[in-house]
Amino acid sequence: MTHLRTGSIGATPWRDRLLHHKWALLAILLCQMGQVTASLLLPSFSADIIDIGIGGQDASAIRYYGGLMGVAAAAQLALSGTAAFLGATVAYRIGQSLREDVFAKVHGLALSQVQGFTVGSLITRCTNDVLQVQSMLIMALTMIVVAPIMGVGSAVMAVRQDAQLSWLLLVSVPVLAGLIGFLTIKAVPLYQRMQTQLDRVNSILREQIEGIRVIRAFLQQPREAGRFAKANADLTGTAIHAGRLMAMIMPSLTAVMQLTSVALIWAGASRVRDGDLEIGALIAFLSYVALILIGVMMMGLMIVMLPRALVSARRITELLQSPVEVGPPSDPKPLPPRGSGLHLRLEEVGFGYPGAEAMVIENITFDVGPGETLGIIGATGSGKSTIVNLIARLNDPGTGRVTLGGVDLRDAAPDEFASHIGYVPQKAYLFSGTVADSLRLGNAGADEATLWNALEVAQAADFVRAMPDGLMSPVAQGGTNFSGGQRQRLAIARALVCDADLYLFDDSFSALDQATDRKLRAALRQAVGHAATVIVSQRVASIRDADRILVIEKGQMVGLGPHETLMQTCPVYAETVHSQARPEEDAA
Amino acid sequence: MSMAQDRKLETVSRTQTSTPGPRTPGGSLAGEKPKAAGDAARRIWAAFGSNRKILIVTVLLSLGSVIGSSIGPWQLGLATDLLVSDDFTLSALMRQLLIVAAIYLSASGLNFAQAWLVNDLVQNMGRDLRHAAQAKLARVPLKWFDTQPRGEVLSRFTNDIDNMVQNLQQVASQAMLMLMTIIGVLAMMVLLSVPLAVAAIIAIGVSIGATRLLSRAAQPRYAEQWRETGHLNSLVEETFTGQALIRVYGARDRVDQRFADKNTALTTASMRAQVFASLIQPVTMFVNNFAYIVVVVFGAFQVLAGAFSIGGVQAFIQYIRQIGQPISQLGSMAAQVQSALASAERVFELLDAPELSTDAAKTGLVLPVRGHVRFEHVGFRYRADQPLFENVSLEAAPGQMLAIVGPTGAGKTTLVNLLIRFYDIDSGVIWLDGKDIAAMPRDDLRRAMAMVLQDAWLFTGTIHDNIAYGCPEATREQVIAAAKRCHVDDFVCTLPEGYDTVLSNGGTSLSQGQRQLMTIARAFLLDAPILILDEATSSVDTRTEMLIQTAMADLRQGRTSFVIAHRLSTIRDADMIVYMEDGTVRETGTHDQLMALEGGYWHLQTGTKGASPH
Repeated sequence: MTHLRTGSIGATPWRDRLLHHKWALLAILLCQMGQVTASLLLPSFSADIIDIGIGGQDASAIRYYGGLMGVAAAAQLALSGTAAFLGATVAYRIGQSLREDVFAKVHGLALSQVQGFTVGSLITRCTNDVLQVQSMLIMALTMIVVAPIMGVGSAVMAVRQDAQLSWLLLVSVPVLAGLIGFLTIKAVPLYQRMQTQLDRVNSILREQIEGIRVIRAFLQQPREAGRFAKANADLTGTAIHAGRLMAMIMPSLTAVMQLTSVALIWAGASRVRDGDLEIGALIAFLSYVALILIGVMMMGLMIVMLPRALVSARRITELLQSPVEVGPPSDPKPLPPRGSGLHLRLEEVGFGYPGAEAMVIENITFDVGPGETLGIIGATGSGKSTIVNLIARLNDPGTGRVTLGGVDLRDAAPDEFASHIGYVPQKAYLFSGTVADSLRLGNAGADEATLWNALEVAQAADFVRAMPDGLMSPVAQGGTNFSGGQRQRLAIARALVCDADLYLFDDSFSALDQATDRKLRAALRQAVGHAATVIVSQRVASIRDADRILVIEKGQMVGLGPHETLMQTCPVYAETVHSQARPEEDAA
Repeated sequence: MSMAQDRKLETVSRTQTSTPGPRTPGGSLAGEKPKAAGDAARRIWAAFGSNRKILIVTVLLSLGSVIGSSIGPWQLGLATDLLVSDDFTLSALMRQLLIVAAIYLSASGLNFAQAWLVNDLVQNMGRDLRHAAQAKLARVPLKWFDTQPRGEVLSRFTNDIDNMVQNLQQVASQAMLMLMTIIGVLAMMVLLSVPLAVAAIIAIGVSIGATRLLSRAAQPRYAEQWRETGHLNSLVEETFTGQALIRVYGARDRVDQRFADKNTALTTASMRAQVFASLIQPVTMFVNNFAYIVVVVFGAFQVLAGAFSIGGVQAFIQYIRQIGQPISQLGSMAAQVQSALASAERVFELLDAPELSTDAAKTGLVLPVRGHVRFEHVGFRYRADQPLFENVSLEAAPGQMLAIVGPTGAGKTTLVNLLIRFYDIDSGVIWLDGKDIAAMPRDDLRRAMAMVLQDAWLFTGTIHDNIAYGCPEATREQVIAAAKRCHVDDFVCTLPEGYDTVLSNGGTSLSQGQRQLMTIARAFLLDAPILILDEATSSVDTRTEMLIQTAMADLRQGRTSFVIAHRLSTIRDADMIVYMEDGTVRETGTHDQLMALEGGYWHLQTGTKGASPH
């Protein structure tokens, strides 16, 4: 059951999953049929009690049929209990496997896909949406299936009691079904709209909470109040509308069934008088009518819950069926062994977001050999991180190719590729656990000496040592119990623990003060001397000593070369350097 | 691009962690009773406001409906008795059946009217509560607001109100009806036959007892299930947030293993809870059937003994069926009431939060504002036991640029927050054009200021609307002009829909730097006499920053400006630099003067570490 690498999920993620439990589902169906039969026998036995027992003045018949009723009730308890438990089991198993598949699917999403879905929505899909589907399944298997069985069964029993009276059911049951169908068709879209409107109300409120200062500073409270009032009125309007429909359901259904009972007595009257129909049968008939009502009402109640679960199911399907954009190759090519020194090449690489007209980067070509350092500098939004994301294979390039040791990244096995690179993202995100756990992310077997070594290089050893539990100190999710600078240094140490052939630093020194930055870079040069290194930065100081510097503006390469050359040949670079001139240099 | 993304994640996770898992909003599990349930109930009652009379009408309507549906079966039983009696006539039967039909129809009609009214009432109350919540946001002091986790506030105003409305509607429209139905039906039973009623009541008692026993057994297992859900959810959240890292670090197998373990643990816990939970419905059903059998068998003997009529038995059968459902649902109703009260309490707690002092009696600002700002012995603390500012004095002449620098936590942002009266000072005076700012309406004061905050807040709407946020009446030309000055136009024109591009949570993502540029353009358009820039360009790259320097200089022209920044290029031109540390002003002067001092400012600028020389 823990087979997580479900490569591709078929077009029908639901059917296969249900088929997987076909025997349990069959058992549930049988149990439900059995329990319905048992409960339908009750009115029939009670008719016998009345007709044979009371009618025939036979006390032993009353006892006999009373006993039979007890047996039927006990059988019903056992069967419906079994069905309920089996139903829940199937629902939980399906929920478990859905979570598993969603979880596995998310691993393989390209960064652009993650951004498209948004992380928040992915989390919801794996947690709340699955839960919704799961509860819906429980209801479906324990209650919704019962309704039609109950409907058909009681109709059969009613006909058996007295065929002539059953025409009444032929009228009232379709009326009931029509009523429920009508209200459902009306209500479902309303509930869907209500959900959207509720989301809107909530998101406005969320925005207003986040922007409380700006709203106050700009005196926009009246406008925000107006915006909210409109969304609120929309929501309330729909909710009232939907609620009124729901208010109609119960009274109208009950009225139909109650009128049916009245009509039943009327229709049966003359035949009872003539002796064609036993009074007990008539009363049993009344009970069946009540049972049908219960079945129909159950269905009505469930149907109200259906839209939410359907929306959830659709969101899960959408995710599971989204294409695998950075998936593993069918026939992976081996990368050179670790430690042998790798060459990174980008050949005319371009990348654009799906649907967007403009490319984010275009025609990027460079290479970095073992022991070399490449710096990438450029303005906000110029495409620096996009390049790093392609090298880390978080996205695949739209045009051109990225090769490592001569192998196109798309042809390399993901795990093998991962073992070659050490990556420090722009935002230092740490996983919860201890400092040691956190550092061992890419190298589970690293010993303590390796960890301390990495911490020393990353200038993080001092503060880790200063904590009472050292390497065993707790790390909160995301690393929020550390300052931004500490977090960044731990993230750098984490990459160093990998002992990789290629290091990527995506603006990883931004939260460090300049002195620490300087020390760190000096230590880094010693520690990763053998590897190829790519450093992205906004700070000239962080990259000026690189072997080559790639200057990027609006997605285009505008310069590539060492600092001195670029100062002469690349005006964008020279301006950037000038804009960051330090006071003492300025004075000089 | 990914920085904006990251920020978004932060907001997501912030709110997500505050309400882990899909449990009842506010994390109130079934077992957790609201502290002051009676109080919350009273407040809900008050929240119905002028509609309370209608609420009473709905109760009367339910009563009428219940009376109808209680006497209906009895009357129908009389019809059946008529069938087997000697004085049967078709017209007598017809009359009796018409009476029953009329009773049933009016019961349903009353029921419908009641449900309709309750729905309108509760939904309108929900609207009023949401409205009150939103309005409250405008009145709470930031000092209070800062102490509340944002996710928590949001959750109370959204999930809790929603939960409250949904549960209240259910409870108000059904619980009342159910309770009355049970009472009405029991009364009818007793009237018809005391022995049979006693037998039925015993059966009902057994049913309630069995259900309670089962749910009590399920309770700790439910708690276990929620706990496991919470564990799994936080692992999912952490993994998805760090999705890229896990892939690049090849850590997938380990995460998968942990996930599989937690997933299995959750399923096991759920099933353990389900063993009991799935029995509740069948057991209730069984006990109802049992009551039915008792009525039929016992009733039959009574009829045999001539103590009861056959129509009476029929009525009893219908009564048993009629109260079976309400009784089995009473338990879940009780849980709904509790959940609604718990949510209500949390909502009211927030609505009761302290409010800002009123501005009503204050006299307005004299126009035009010259922008002469003076802090005189200002003291302020966020928390009573932690002094932040003591005795801060400084002055900015009209048109001057004042740069505020210092290490993190020095109180730079607080200083400008006091000026714009996000917080009220504890001692001293802040003068604007010779008038105490505490003595003028907040809106007047703020109208004189344009502020660019550290956090580049944009709302869901077009780029145009976001830039024109402070002055909605601005024309497209004015917006574009401001955007061009601040280099916003550069990236807006690459977007397919230009200024009409809608910024939303899930859609177009701008980088943090681009967002900041937009907020600068927003301030640009505002044209206020005093300008406050709080780390306005911290995420903008240095070159772009340099490019907008001239624009910023123009913006500052003729205005008093307060600029908080780290970058030298931003602060070098200041008329005066205020160097702050630990809530006090340590050094003031021009750049050259402060560099010559070789004090804290000098250390900050040269990047040398070491203790400040004071």
